[in-house]
Amino acid sequence: MTLLEVRNLHAVLAENNEEILKGVNLTVRSGEIHAIMGPNGSGKSTFANVLMGNPKYTVTEGTMRFMNKNISRLSVDERARLGIFLSFQQPQEISGVKLRSFLMAASQSFGNKTPLLKMSQEVDRLAYNLGLEMELIDRYLNVGFSGGEKKKAEIVQMCFLKPKLAILDEIDSGLDIDALKSIARSINEFRYSENAIILITHYKRLLEHVEPDYVHIYVNGTMAITGGKELSVEVEENGYEGIFGSAKGA
Amino acid sequence: MRKEGLIDSTRFDFSSDSRYRFVSERGFREDLIIDVSKRKSEPEWMLHKRLESLRIFNSSRDPGFGVDTESLDLSRIISYLSPDADKKRSWDDVPEEIRETFDRLGIPEAEQESFAGVGAQYDSEIVYQNIRRELEGLGIVFLDMETAVKEHSELVRRYFMKAVRPGDHKYAALHGAVWSGGSFVYVPKGVKVPLPLQAYFRMNVGGSGQFEHTLIIADEGSDLQFIEGCSAPRFNDLNLHVGMVEIFVLNKARVKYSTIQNWSKNTFNLNTKRAIVEEDGTIEWISGSLGSLKTMLYPTSVLKGRGARAEHLGITYAGPGQHMDIGSKVIHLAPETSSLVDARSISAGGGWAFYRGLLEISSRAKNSRSSVRCTALMIDNDSRSDTVPIIEVMNDSAEIGHEARIGRLGEDEIYYLMSRGLSESEAKAMIVRGFMEPVSRQFPVEYAVELNRLIDMEIESSIG
Repeated sequence: MTLLEVRNLHAVLAENNEEILKGVNLTVRSGEIHAIMGPNGSGKSTFANVLMGNPKYTVTEGTMRFMNKNISRLSVDERARLGIFLSFQQPQEISGVKLRSFLMAASQSFGNKTPLLKMSQEVDRLAYNLGLEMELIDRYLNVGFSGGEKKKAEIVQMCFLKPKLAILDEIDSGLDIDALKSIARSINEFRYSENAIILITHYKRLLEHVEPDYVHIYVNGTMAITGGKELSVEVEENGYEGIFGSAKGA
Repeated sequence: MRKEGLIDSTRFDFSSDSRYRFVSERGFREDLIIDVSKRKSEPEWMLHKRLESLRIFNSSRDPGFGVDTESLDLSRIISYLSPDADKKRSWDDVPEEIRETFDRLGIPEAEQESFAGVGAQYDSEIVYQNIRRELEGLGIVFLDMETAVKEHSELVRRYFMKAVRPGDHKYAALHGAVWSGGSFVYVPKGVKVPLPLQAYFRMNVGGSGQFEHTLIIADEGSDLQFIEGCSAPRFNDLNLHVGMVEIFVLNKARVKYSTIQNWSKNTFNLNTKRAIVEEDGTIEWISGSLGSLKTMLYPTSVLKGRGARAEHLGITYAGPGQHMDIGSKVIHLAPETSSLVDARSISAGGGWAFYRGLLEISSRAKNSRSSVRCTALMIDNDSRSDTVPIIEVMNDSAEIGHEARIGRLGEDEIYYLMSRGLSESEAKAMIVRGFMEPVSRQFPVEYAVELNRLIDMEIESSIG
């Protein structure tokens, strides 16, 4: 089943009308993992944020359909409740709100009627699996967390909220190898035939642990090339310059 | 019932058709004061104190800072309303319509669950006061002020209006002249009161004033938690609250004084609170100021003895039409004293939150420490927030930390929370609750829950 269908998507930065997405196309079906790679500043994160509905960006052209529904005019929370999840490169620190109570409140906004105690135990279980220090669950959301802890907390949120489509924006940056492995393990456990994952990354390191079905090279506001896992190897060996050059030649 | 609404102002907005034994004429005249003093059968010294205060009041001027009191016509205020009810120790004996009011506020129920004793004031008089018998047995005194003036005359005389003097400012003088009701607490040496005492104040008549006096003496090594709550229905006439709290914390004693102020939004709240803290004593002020039209309140700690400590934690909410001029004063007079001030304010829908603080470290207060933090959060562009923290340090061995911040709700934070499925108003309310959390968790849990509920409602309505 097609989960996400993006056609010729253009978007600008609302404050100055600078165009950042310049005609993006992407189709994601359930059960798939897509990796989006590309040089810094190419607009990969913007694409993720436009999918999520960040009000900083305005869509000027094209369509975004999620589960056969036009989501362009939906608010951020409506998209979240439809099943889109974005793990942030730099998650916000929310003082005074504990990770555990935040997650339970968020889950209730999804209509989750599980008893609180059970929910709470589920949070514990997920954190334990990920190797997230248990005491962090009862600390203020992301406040004083290290970079790696923030990333793990994002994955705990994903696993807990069980979205249909998880967009993970540089979930691998700033992680040591152990943290990378445990996050990869959780992503693999999260994955099943009815959801899908978009991994935005710079390195093939993550893709060695979470195997993508498709790799897209994203350059200058658009998907330049799409291929299989081998494309990530090529990127690592030849750089984007080399790839982009060879693609034009092909 | 208590869980439903201690703070939610819509739930407080009911008035009761009560009978009154006596209602004084409007305004503050000498003959009215003499009459009320007689009705209360007060000792001579108290009447003298009242008349002396009235003289000071008549010759004093407005503070010259803070809220605009132009719309407050003092000559229109009814200073004394005596409900047709004697003070009772059992709720069953309280007249039905008054009892019903406190029932709706959840006071009797809360008393059973979580308090050592409760005093309930209805307009000018305490109508109910009770303390658990076993605590009375420990020598703890918890009485309405009128009874205390008679039964513990010497003790009251020694301390009454000694922390705050009638000459301190105009409204202290007014209070001294017309005070009525309030609680008297004495905790004997070494006695630790296991549960908080609570006082609840209710105004039921438009155009009236409430002037209760709370006097707490915590003898050496004792420990007390005291909670006060207040509310009134909304009237067309302005109401006036000029209460006073005096706390004497003797050597090594500790008093934690928590307030949830939720006067209706037609009330001028011009309140004075002060604690004198002796050697190694501790005073903690926990304040939630939500209601009233205009408030001026600066709880003060005078750290008089070596090693005395003060903590001031406060949340102020200024909604549409409200002007809250609130702060704290800490005066370090002795060596090795320490203080902590954490003042947080939220302004929304055009409300104005003004923090006014004074920290004074005297030349004698060697090796003293203080940390002052005031933070303001503005929900929208119509709201106002000001911060004026004054710090005076008269010796160079003091260690002072100070931080002041005014911020707005962050768009990135709202977006982050919304991306997890929370609606915009839920996200905003969550951020505001988080902002208050370090202070609100100091309140008893029922109050903290209510505080959060109120914020949710206010945010909801400010988004529209």
